[in-house]
Amino acid sequence: MSAATVAPASTRSRRAAELVMLLFAIALAMAAYASVSLARLGRLPSDMLGYGVGLGALMLLAHVTVRRTARYADPVLLPVVTLLNGLGLVMIHRLDLASSNRVTSLAGWVLHGDAPLQLVWTAVGVLAFVVVLVAVRDHRVLQRYTYTSMVVGLGLLLLPLVPGLGHVVNSANIWIRLGPLSFQPGEAAKIVLIVFFAGYLVAKRDVLALAGQRFLGVDLPRGRDLGPILLAWLASLGVLVFERDLGTSLLFFGTFVVVLYVATERLSWLLIGLVLFLGGSYAAYLIFAHVRQRVDIWLHPFAHVNEPGGSYQLVQGLFGMASGGILGTGLGRGRPDIVPLVKSDFIVAAFGEELGLTGLMALIVLYGIIVERGLRTAIAARDAFGKLLAAGLAVGLGIQVFVIVGGVTRLVPLTGLTTPFLSYGGSSLLANWVLVALLLRVSDSARRPAAAPQAASIEETQVVRL
Amino acid sequence: MSELTLTAIRLGFLALLWLFVLTAVSVMRSDLFGTKVTTRPRTSTRMGRPGRSRPPKAGKPGPPKAGRPGLPVRPRRGAARNLVITEGPLAGTSVRLGDEPVTIGRAPDCTLVLADDFTSARHARLFSRDGSWFVEDLGSTNGTYLERTKVIGQVAVPVGTPIRIGKTVVELRK
Repeated sequence: MSAATVAPASTRSRRAAELVMLLFAIALAMAAYASVSLARLGRLPSDMLGYGVGLGALMLLAHVTVRRTARYADPVLLPVVTLLNGLGLVMIHRLDLASSNRVTSLAGWVLHGDAPLQLVWTAVGVLAFVVVLVAVRDHRVLQRYTYTSMVVGLGLLLLPLVPGLGHVVNSANIWIRLGPLSFQPGEAAKIVLIVFFAGYLVAKRDVLALAGQRFLGVDLPRGRDLGPILLAWLASLGVLVFERDLGTSLLFFGTFVVVLYVATERLSWLLIGLVLFLGGSYAAYLIFAHVRQRVDIWLHPFAHVNEPGGSYQLVQGLFGMASGGILGTGLGRGRPDIVPLVKSDFIVAAFGEELGLTGLMALIVLYGIIVERGLRTAIAARDAFGKLLAAGLAVGLGIQVFVIVGGVTRLVPLTGLTTPFLSYGGSSLLANWVLVALLLRVSDSARRPAAAPQAASIEETQVVRL
Repeated sequence: MSELTLTAIRLGFLALLWLFVLTAVSVMRSDLFGTKVTTRPRTSTRMGRPGRSRPPKAGKPGPPKAGRPGLPVRPRRGAARNLVITEGPLAGTSVRLGDEPVTIGRAPDCTLVLADDFTSARHARLFSRDGSWFVEDLGSTNGTYLERTKVIGQVAVPVGTPIRIGKTVVELRK
């Protein structure tokens, strides 16, 4: 799978480094919170200590769980994710301060603005992280549910199409509504389908790696082995057509192609995937008006500002980032609230405005660190399923960040995806905490010195000898 | 709040943010410099070198040091520390040895999972006793061979001696 194997020479668990960095991350989030309050209200927030202790307790719970159940897991992932989540919370709170106080109620509690609800979802996300680490003691267990996860994943993807359950927001049909709660099942489908990709390709990669004809120095696969990639392509086109969600469709197809490449080491799959993707997007461009509109907005944003469904949002985001410049306006001192949907889709633009290019670069480097840790886990993993799972999870997160940050900064056409950990939205936050828990689980088994075999296998051996 | 203070806060926050990034990178740095990268040879010509192999010392087998539970006990000098795959689909992979037994086979719950059609699900087991390593066949279809001899029962494995499991060859290294 890879040309080199990496074995950690030190067998230190690095949990102390994780704890120190975790405290640093929480201190940074609290500094951001204080800085917003100083800029907007001219005083330190009165509830700063409470939030600091609360967030600290939550992350300490996560840290202790990692210590107990995944001793040798990667030390960087949890602090980086904590910082991103904390900064997202602060930014949502800051946008709450700017907009008129929207009051929501949750189970009898009256909440001012969106930040408290996001805080609740953070707690739920961390609890899900803990539950996954405790429940999934070995990631290889997930391999048993390969085809179950395919069914569940496709079911989740199709759920918004069920009449009465689906719920169209901004022309994208990706929400389901159950009573007062709405949920984006695509976020959960992302993780479940990556488990399926990994499990399926571990079993089939030998066949898919078989070389067919050689063309221009590339070994093309045999024609009859094209089935899986065509199926993934059709499924993602289906998402594009019926749910009008360009981002999710791109995310799934891209992740599948990359995992396929990692599994087979054949460059030809990347090329075939690219050709299929370009063909599919061109066809979608010709057939669907909303795709054409997105591309138009991307190429000529200033020509469509005043049209309904035009580029007002994108242009306001660009203006915001421009006014931020290199060093930003400072937290709480810009006007990111002008951008429509800034808390969910355009939170990157808000960070670009208030922290400037310098701060935005730091955030993107943090995402890069998560992806790098994931890919490194994949290289070090000792079993093929773990390799593919870690690579898939890391690449999935990376593609998601690329698509949304690229869309906001006008590198690629804008498609609605959440920015992992930063955006407002419970389903996304929950799903991404679960994703990080799975990455930590794989990295624990990859970094563990001389993986201890399960007691069961020793027992079995003794039974055989009797 | 004066403009100067706010500017100081703004720049200070950016500096702290980057300090965090650099801290993360420096923690990762230990992974870059503290790891052993083994490049897998495409065609391995390396065979066992009996000249370097050392028979397990008889006599006083020092009991393993009582380390903290959960941590691998530091092996004695001269004892094998790594299990290296020298031939087969996974050639180049190495597994650090502790005092836990190592199971080898195709089953995903083995310590070393081989993608080798000629191995059994649970093919062989390596374990240490009194500081030296032993191999034991777990009833595999194609058998386990220590150099040229078929492994029957528990056989001591000197460092550097090839153990053939299906198409895969592993050996103990210091």
